[in-house]
Amino acid sequence: MSGIPHNPDGKPLTVDQALININQTADPGLRYYAAWWLGRMRTCQPEAIDALLLALEDKTNRSPDGGYPLRRNAVIALGKIGQDDDRVVPAVIHCLQCDDYYVREKAAQSLESLGDPVAVYPLIELLDGGVDKAVQAPGKPHLIHSYNAILEALGTLGDKKLANTIAPFLAHTVPQVRNAAARAMYQITGEAQYADRLVDVLSHDQLQLRRAALMDLGAVGYLASADAIANTLAENSMKLIALKGVLEHQLTKDEKGNALSADSRRVMTLMDSLL
Amino acid sequence: MEATLKTFDVCLKAVNDADSAQGLLDAVEDLAELKDERAIDPLIQVLGFNNPGAAVAAVEGLIQIGIPAVSPILETLDGYNYGARAWAIRALAGIGDPRGQRLLLNAAANDFSLSVRRAAARGLGAIRWHEIQETERDGAMERSQTILLQVTQDEEWVVRYAAIVGLEALALKLNDREKICHSLCQLKEKDPTAAVQARAQWALEKIEHER
Repeated sequence: MSGIPHNPDGKPLTVDQALININQTADPGLRYYAAWWLGRMRTCQPEAIDALLLALEDKTNRSPDGGYPLRRNAVIALGKIGQDDDRVVPAVIHCLQCDDYYVREKAAQSLESLGDPVAVYPLIELLDGGVDKAVQAPGKPHLIHSYNAILEALGTLGDKKLANTIAPFLAHTVPQVRNAAARAMYQITGEAQYADRLVDVLSHDQLQLRRAALMDLGAVGYLASADAIANTLAENSMKLIALKGVLEHQLTKDEKGNALSADSRRVMTLMDSLL
Repeated sequence: MEATLKTFDVCLKAVNDADSAQGLLDAVEDLAELKDERAIDPLIQVLGFNNPGAAVAAVEGLIQIGIPAVSPILETLDGYNYGARAWAIRALAGIGDPRGQRLLLNAAANDFSLSVRRAAARGLGAIRWHEIQETERDGAMERSQTILLQVTQDEEWVVRYAAIVGLEALALKLNDREKICHSLCQLKEKDPTAAVQARAQWALEKIEHER
């Protein structure tokens, strides 16, 4: 139940062993796994960062579609543990130019969690050409870029000046992209009209989209959506996660050391009813 | 609404005839809404259908029916597969009958699924204590308290949150609240999740207020 990862040979991995594994090239499987493990276990030693930065340059571990699986894992791990190392953000930004869609997607997500606004401009560059260029990649099951990840990162890292760049994506043909745009617009403008678009998705026919909207509303902590979240047709587990996001956003506004605000208590009442 | 309520026979037939997941969900919701004791057995059967939407509706229906559903649930429990047991435990947690306590104690502490631990933890604080003989009541409350204090250390935030809700309900029924208040103070200060800290703070506020 504790979810402690094991080595493929069944023995629990240690930090020392993971560092050995990621610094060797004879067994690509062990190296790939170690990259994931270092992020999962939040191993912050400089040696781990060194090794992961090196793994971003890897040219040997290739998937049948030409992708770079090791780089994908390494860029995810760096998003989790790279906060305090100045080398990480530039290296992850560089990954936005990788020809592997998934490396670019993970890079956008990692840049969002690393939280450095210096990534805003390189992320915007991927939106060059606007919605017209944001089409299906030829022969692939996805668009040219992961626009969701890019828009979400811009929403977190950017400011109001990006509104003209992001707003056109509110009309994209793919619902997930529209939602990501609405989420980002709400984050950068604070205008309720954008978060209300996500509230509307809570009553969509497709469960997948309702779930995604729950996660989005939780991520931005939109208080006015609390009742709608509680009433959505979806698993209580998902609704609880969304309401936790709303509550924790509200708590940052409550005065520390004082009694909880009426809004915080209202959200907790909803959460209690879903247990 | 009253006028459109379907009869038991119509609802039961619809459950048996359902040929899609959505159709089953709709039929189970209608059946559950009747709050008819004749629906107990068919609702229990739905728990084993591996259809989460319908199972949620069936659990809700069984909770609404309440006490009369407890014996049938307990009697069929051993024959259940894992998934159906998990749903049955959620129903028992919602009903709060003391006969379900032993199962809830075990589920809150040990179940593999976090949604079952979560429901069981909440349920342990919401047992109908007055239905337990006075001579046995303190012991039963003590058992809930011991497990809930342990569950405040669960690795999942939502289970710790549910344990706090359970402890709050329990504390409001107890004279000696020292252990619970001590645990809530610790959680308020030290839990790694802000939402859990806040729930502990609110529980303390409510317990203080009630004094």
